[in-house]
Amino acid sequence: MLKTVIPFGPQHPVFPEPIHLTLTVEDEIIKQALPALGFVHRGLETLVDKSDFHQMVQVVERVCGICSMIHAMCYCQAIEEIMAIQVPQRARYLRVIWSELSRIHSHLLWLGLFADSFGFENLFMQFWKIREKVMDIHEATTGNRVIVSVNAVGGVRRDMSSEQLQWIQSQLANVKQEVARLGPTLLEDYTIKKRTVGKGIVSRDKAYELGLVGPTLRASGIAQDVRMLGYAAFNELDFEPVLGTDGDCYARSKVRFQEVFQSIDLIGQAIRKIPGGEVQVTVKGRPEGETVTRVEQPRGELLYYIKADGSKNLDRLRIRTPTFANIPALVTMLPGHWLSDVPVIVLSIDPCISCTER
Amino acid sequence: MFKHSLQKAQIKSPWLLHYDCGSCNGCDIEVLACLTPVYDIERIGIINVGNPMHADILLVTGTVNPRNKTVLLNLYDQMPQPKVIVAIGSCALSGGIFRQAYNVLGGIDKILPVDVYVPGCPAKPETIIDGVVMALERFSQKKW
Repeated sequence: MLKTVIPFGPQHPVFPEPIHLTLTVEDEIIKQALPALGFVHRGLETLVDKSDFHQMVQVVERVCGICSMIHAMCYCQAIEEIMAIQVPQRARYLRVIWSELSRIHSHLLWLGLFADSFGFENLFMQFWKIREKVMDIHEATTGNRVIVSVNAVGGVRRDMSSEQLQWIQSQLANVKQEVARLGPTLLEDYTIKKRTVGKGIVSRDKAYELGLVGPTLRASGIAQDVRMLGYAAFNELDFEPVLGTDGDCYARSKVRFQEVFQSIDLIGQAIRKIPGGEVQVTVKGRPEGETVTRVEQPRGELLYYIKADGSKNLDRLRIRTPTFANIPALVTMLPGHWLSDVPVIVLSIDPCISCTER
Repeated sequence: MFKHSLQKAQIKSPWLLHYDCGSCNGCDIEVLACLTPVYDIERIGIINVGNPMHADILLVTGTVNPRNKTVLLNLYDQMPQPKVIVAIGSCALSGGIFRQAYNVLGGIDKILPVDVYVPGCPAKPETIIDGVVMALERFSQKKW
């Protein structure tokens, strides 16, 4: 059989972001897949020379527009750890609420794009329609839809009134009901199962060996969720990581679907337990030292390494994003599948290219 | 006569091509949100296409870097005349918060002639739709 090399991307209708795959196919069956990156690289980590450590909060928010709040939270936690700042308890709870809101909107966005990847446009529209309710909450509580910019070193910039918290709860009850209505379509529909079950399998051992993170790892049956470490106020909330068993595209979509409900539940718990008081403390001095912080992004574990030398600019910032850890999975998943399955399998790891390339 | 009717069709139902240059995704998901039920630009005849040869309007988000510059130029060259470019978001306008980063050449207008600038970080769906409507007015001024 003749070997053919097919370039896939960087501009492709299925991908919202530029990623290039060089696919070697034999008779429509993929033999090898090689990803090529670098279309979105901005060199953001080197901006520590130009902006001081307070201004860097706004820069790291723009690593990725989808999970910008969680990037800023991770960065602020790192600086707070170096400078030994005690963040007020109310600010910790507010961080939980906003970070879980961005998880809900990211997962709904992904569920829509995933439906689009196998050609189910109606489902794509339904998920995005529900997502607009979460965007409304973002806009009402922070003033912006996507990059919410609420974090600051030493707490959060904005407070929420008790009426707002109640309104969020009623909005989310609505979201929960509407997402649950789409569950049977996504998880039991015959045509969707034909496209997702048994596609792109990563076994439990292989997932561990490759060092995968987030829902991609949990769908293979490994219970690893960085939120269990108890950063922000997660140590006071009650939850268990959502697990899948088969490690295929179906299991990954199921894990993300159930995590939407988990996040709604976590926000409900946080709203019930939130204490009163300050939301931000004044920060004096400059950071000196180095640290590593980890948080759970919608796509998995996010790691920040920060080295500060006591001047107003940081010495070094290093960001390891979840998609960077999950791309090796693509290389092992794709061989053996049909060329027409490529969009579904690539999207199943929820690639965020602008995170990966920074 | 032919040109006249073609121009009329383009203004009534323009087809969009969206390319993410070096954006943070913020503007891209807002462009996608324009297509979904709450904003729904398809009701006024605007369709998002994947093939540059089908497109009338090029929506570009994000900064230009040496690697995606060639991709952007290729897409632009493949689009049929007359064509309009809409730059979306602070990064596409000037480089935005990344303008000082080493791998950023600047805004889209360093590479291509931009017709409409849509501000915002990220630009809201309403602003993006407004920008596209302004781009439609530019068609009547285009020579081809």
